[in-house]
Amino acid sequence: MDENIIVSLKDIVVDFDGQKVLDGLSLDIHDKEFVTFLGPSGCGKTTTLRVIAGFITPKSGNVFFDGKDIADLPPYKRPVNTVFQKYALFPHLNVFENVAFGLRLKKMPEEEIRPKVLEMLEIVGLKGFERRSIHQLSGGQQQRVAIARSLVNQPRVLLLDEPLGALDLKLRKEMQLELKRLQREMNITFVYVTHDQEEALTMSDTVVVMSGGNIQQIGSPQDIYNEPRNAFVARFIGDSNIVDGVMIKDFLVNFGGHDFTCVDRGFKSNEPVQVVIRPEDVQIVPPSIGMLTGLVREVIFKGVHFEMHVDVEGYEWLIHSTQASQPGELIGMNIGPDEIHIMARTEV
Amino acid sequence: MLKSKTSRWLAGPYLVWMAAFIVVPLFIVIWYAMTNSDGQFTLDNLTQIGRYSSVFARSLILAAVSTVICLVLAFPVGYFLSRLRANKQHIMLMLVMLPMWMNFLLRTYAWMTLLEKNGLINKFFGLFGIGPFNMINTSGAVVLGMVYNYLPFMILPIYTAMTKIDDSIIEAAQDLGCNVWQILWRVLVPLTGPGIATGITQVFVPSVSTFIISRMLGGGSNLLIGDLIELQFLGNSYNLNLGSAMSLVLMVIVLLCMSFTSSFDESEMEGVM
Ligand SMILES: Nc1ncnc2c1ncn2[C@@H]1O[C@H](COP(=O)(O)OP(=O)(O)OP(=O)(O)O)[C@@H](O)[C@H]1O
Ligand SMILES: [Mg+2]
Repeated sequence: MDENIIVSLKDIVVDFDGQKVLDGLSLDIHDKEFVTFLGPSGCGKTTTLRVIAGFITPKSGNVFFDGKDIADLPPYKRPVNTVFQKYALFPHLNVFENVAFGLRLKKMPEEEIRPKVLEMLEIVGLKGFERRSIHQLSGGQQQRVAIARSLVNQPRVLLLDEPLGALDLKLRKEMQLELKRLQREMNITFVYVTHDQEEALTMSDTVVVMSGGNIQQIGSPQDIYNEPRNAFVARFIGDSNIVDGVMIKDFLVNFGGHDFTCVDRGFKSNEPVQVVIRPEDVQIVPPSIGMLTGLVREVIFKGVHFEMHVDVEGYEWLIHSTQASQPGELIGMNIGPDEIHIMARTEV
Repeated sequence: MLKSKTSRWLAGPYLVWMAAFIVVPLFIVIWYAMTNSDGQFTLDNLTQIGRYSSVFARSLILAAVSTVICLVLAFPVGYFLSRLRANKQHIMLMLVMLPMWMNFLLRTYAWMTLLEKNGLINKFFGLFGIGPFNMINTSGAVVLGMVYNYLPFMILPIYTAMTKIDDSIIEAAQDLGCNVWQILWRVLVPLTGPGIATGITQVFVPSVSTFIISRMLGGGSNLLIGDLIELQFLGNSYNLNLGSAMSLVLMVIVLLCMSFTSSFDESEMEGVM
């Protein structure tokens, strides 16, 4: 087994009232890694975090920490800390006391607590806020207190459950960078939950795409984006065109009535497949020289680019382009071999 | 502006009511306490009270014991009630309140028949050849009566305070290293402080001034302040002036108790506000 693995989940099954919420989930998390659980609402992200933190005892399966089974370890003895979806700050304590809470429990001497808490508050950008009541803080500031309260204990693993969910877009982006910086500086494993694919791609070393209590794909953001394993992942991670095709032989696929060279191999001859093409990877050319031709249905201005809905032999394609075509126009479309990603056909 | 003026007028009837039935009687009590039967000013009534200090002490002790027992019982009940699903919470709350729908005298009578020498409990023990136990007319029986009658007044405010504590706060405490006792002392008790203070007042005040419970369950040997005052007004030792002086002292005790708990209340609220 890999030396570097800090948390390992093996065949975890969790059910609520007979309904399986996690269905045999297995996962290895590496030390000092930024791992993100990404998936639609209700897919079991929070549940997985709670299993690691010890708030839920799985019906079957094991949780290992540093290779040791921690099934019998109650939450308060686990070397992980959680930043909760709703912050869960203590309303009866001020900012300083909230952050000092964990250290006080460890019976750390007062003269050590003070500098540690103040340093942590400075790191999260709340210097001078220590005497404030938490009711006098904005959502973003409360979030920082919650992060400081966990990080000050120097956990081996920090679990974060959609910590930026309640913030506006600008603050979100700021905090994303800040969290990433904290993770690097403090050298701690972060397990991060979100249902925002862009957030997952920006921040993570590893993305775990989940759906229906199962893991769909684990990989680096680039892998997940460029080589989705199935149609669910392809659809969930950004916009994509998924069309049915046939793999003629290695490096040659047919779809839309045309043969395309591609970089994929290892499929059976004439195996039915699904082809994923990102909207920004379609080049618009004059119809006479296009590999495919399509009829532009709709053009929407999106700021950086135009979003076009194009009808190609009954399939609606999504194309992002910096040059606009007119609705009703006939266009040619070219796709390079590198932009074509082939998946085995699955029913979704 | 207009609004505050109209609302002041709306408070009018209540102010009249207060003046007529609370403030005026209060002064009458003070006047009686400071005069003798001939209507002359004297402090004798108040100084005489020293002779009854054992009764005052017993009242305070029994009320305090009952309050502590109620608190210890109500805290876990309030917690578990607040963690139930909403529909179950309503049913359980109804069960807590149910005894209060019965007449107070009836409830206390019921305990008499249970605790008597030939009562149900002793009969039950008799089946096994144990007893009979001497239960009625003891201070224990008085405390039992107080706890039984006033427990809901402790449960309700604690339960209400508990419902405002989100599960995630308790989980956060666990996550940061709290065991069960530390959750209790560092999170639950401080966050339910105002509820506890209200509960203490609501149990202690009626307990310290009760006379029915002590008379029915305590027999002659467990006279409380309430009984003493009643005797002065309705009993053989008819003495309005002494009775008023006793009422006055009781009132001061109650006020002290209330200001103590409400100061606790406010200091707890500071963090919350
Ligand atoms: N305490 C519970 N009792 C019953 N069902 C639950 C409980 N907690 C979660 N569930 C169910 O388990 C499933 C997974 O929930 P979970 O909270 O893990 O989802 P999630 O991926 O975190 O979703 P979200 O993005 O909305 O937070 C959901 O269908 C939810 O209804
Ligand atoms: Mg969740």
